[in-house]
Amino acid sequence: MRLTSSRQGGKLIFALAGELDHHEAGGLMGELEERIEAAAPRDCVLDLEGLRFMDSSGIALILKLYKRMNATGGRLFVENVQSQPMRVLDASGIDRMVAIEPSPAPEKK
Amino acid sequence: MKEQNSVRFEFPSLSANEGFARGAVACFAAQLDMTLTELGDVKTAVSEAVTNCIVHAYPDSIGPVHMRLRILEDGVLEVQVKDRGRGIEDVDKAREPLFTTGGEDRGGMGFTIMESFMDTVKVRSKVGAGTTVTMRKRVERRRAAR
Repeated sequence: MRLTSSRQGGKLIFALAGELDHHEAGGLMGELEERIEAAAPRDCVLDLEGLRFMDSSGIALILKLYKRMNATGGRLFVENVQSQPMRVLDASGIDRMVAIEPSPAPEKK
Repeated sequence: MKEQNSVRFEFPSLSANEGFARGAVACFAAQLDMTLTELGDVKTAVSEAVTNCIVHAYPDSIGPVHMRLRILEDGVLEVQVKDRGRGIEDVDKAREPLFTTGGEDRGGMGFTIMESFMDTVKVRSKVGAGTTVTMRKRVERRRAAR
């Protein structure tokens, strides 16, 4: 799992790459919270273009991030979701709370 | 259902083994000509079942996780994940979406995901003795390896 963050105007963008499971999610939320504290962004974007696997640990992480942003009146956008993580998000119904955008060029096959 | 191939293995309930379990299932399932979507579904269900062992079966200790993978007739893949942990008091409750005893780090979606992505999910559990989850998925319009 690789995490990189960048700033675009009032948005803090987190890019996750690799596989997000319970093992990887362990220290990740703390790291995201620290970076949010430091940058105090208006909104937050989770860019999942490089995330090739995610299980329900990812749902819990997105929900926590959503609540964290909501607490300060900010929004969370989840973008560039690949096909396997998208199926997990679809099954969870989390799109009723969080804006989710699939990858513009879905994987073939 | 007649068995065509099977493999068994055991590992300690360390979270680093979640990725191993997914990879092992993917290797075994390669004998069935699955689509990427089907393979992704199976890997996700396995990830949930193994994570349940690590988080819930052995919350304060490390214990053995047993896995048995089988290819049955008509292109059916069966995955069994078994632990000797603390067991589930109320299986029906545990299967409800958003129910969790794992705190807010867990979403309570594990069984919901397993049920969405596999054709059948059976859970047998006894408090103090452990839990066995047996899941099956049929690979559509493809034939199993001979």
